[in-house]
Amino acid sequence: MKYMCLIYGDEAKHPQADTPEMGRLMQDYMAFTKDVQEKGVMVAGDPLEPVATATTVRVRGGKTETTDGPFAETKEQLGGYYILDCKDLDEAIAYAARIPTAAIGSIEVRPIMVFD
Amino acid sequence: MTPASLEQTRAAVKSIVREEWGRVLASLVGQLRDFALAEDVLQDAVVAALGHWPRDGVPARPRAWLLQTARRKAIDRLRRDANFQVKRAELAVLHEFDRQAGQDDVDETIADERLRLIFTCCHPALAEAARVALTLRTLGGLATEEIARAFLVPEATMVQRLTRAKRKIKTAGIPYEVPEPELWAERLGSVLSVIYLIFNEGYAATTGEAPTRGELCREAIRLGRILAQLVPGEPEAAGLLALMLLHDSRRVARSDAQGNLITLEQQDRTLWDRDLIAAGARLLEGALAQGSPGPYQIQAAISALHAQAPSYTATDWREITLLYGELYALQPSPVVRLNAAVALSFARGAEAALPTLADLERQGTLARYQPFHAAHADTLRRAGCKTAAANAYRQALALTRNAAERRFLEDRLGDVLG
Repeated sequence: MKYMCLIYGDEAKHPQADTPEMGRLMQDYMAFTKDVQEKGVMVAGDPLEPVATATTVRVRGGKTETTDGPFAETKEQLGGYYILDCKDLDEAIAYAARIPTAAIGSIEVRPIMVFD
Repeated sequence: MTPASLEQTRAAVKSIVREEWGRVLASLVGQLRDFALAEDVLQDAVVAALGHWPRDGVPARPRAWLLQTARRKAIDRLRRDANFQVKRAELAVLHEFDRQAGQDDVDETIADERLRLIFTCCHPALAEAARVALTLRTLGGLATEEIARAFLVPEATMVQRLTRAKRKIKTAGIPYEVPEPELWAERLGSVLSVIYLIFNEGYAATTGEAPTRGELCREAIRLGRILAQLVPGEPEAAGLLALMLLHDSRRVARSDAQGNLITLEQQDRTLWDRDLIAAGARLLEGALAQGSPGPYQIQAAISALHAQAPSYTATDWREITLLYGELYALQPSPVVRLNAAVALSFARGAEAALPTLADLERQGTLARYQPFHAAHADTLRRAGCKTAAANAYRQALALTRNAAERRFLEDRLGDVLG
């Protein structure tokens, strides 16, 4: 089964660029990504630019409305994702718990819809 | 067959079905890997049993009969399925099971399947209310309507809760497996807490007229017994069963004929069930001998001290205070601290407990917890602080939903005001 792990964290508490904390976080992410690649679990995964760069688009009455910012203001923001191919939810949970942001933010694990 | 004996057979069929439901369902889920389908075909098999057995007599091995009939119903359903090609592999597996029929209703195989099913039903990815309902339905074999009644929700709500839970198990890929060693402790904890929650719902009955709903207690004990047999090496499972038996020994004494709640202090101890106390104490002893105490064993030890005390005043409050201290070290929750304070109030006098209770009130985490205000009120009353006690009784009353308990607290409030 394929699971999408949505990585949520508080951007305000996120380590700043060029700090030792950021260096460690990057290393942890590289190690995790390498591990899921080697195990053949990794389908896809990317970090996202901060919500300050987000644009929300809606089409209402045939007209496109474009607004600055994320679709909802929340305490923790979507910062990236992995798509992992796992045996079952327990395996997905075990991997999600090892995503570095799990220790400070939250990982939402969602099965990818299968059409049969 | 006469109508009377037909009725008798029907009753016999119902009780066999109830007894075998969890075992057969566990086996079917294991073979079909589809919770909802397993339940549907077992339901079909039960309907068939209700038709056949009164006419032809109950088969020698009813479990094997139900299992085989349900499996054939599953084969029929899968054949009719629009996605026949996709289901081919599943059908092959089912036919294989059907060929070996007669070997899969043995106790050892079923025990493994049941253990898997318990862990699936109590998976932390399911909401707590769903875990409870699913456990009662699938392992306890309770009808959806019975569960709805026990939890005082409309049947439609319960149907929806169960349907959603089963859908999540399927779409989210909640495994049908005994958890890996690194998850074992957490998952066993979830199973134990679901069973204890069922027990407490029956024992403490936060809503409704009757202070206890005995059926839920009996069901929780039955589940606790199944679990303790499945994981004999886990002293906490035995500890939980002991705890429930010890609590349950006082059930009859906890309310009077009018449904008024009777506190431990005022209970008629001759009404306590000595056999249950002995059974609980024996179980606890065996669990403690494994040398790995945990929260359920400690709570059972506390309950056992109450059960074995000749009177409320002659209770070993010192030992109980110590045990609550141990429990607090493992579970540092405000509720445990509250219980420790109450025990201390009897070990060393009501005044000794007032600072802790005042501190708990300042922290405010128990502000909406009715038992805190009830205990606070009682301790203040015993310490002679009548005005403060009256205040606390009023706060407790504002949070009381159980009619019997309301009457009890109103009486006490009248005492301190009078």
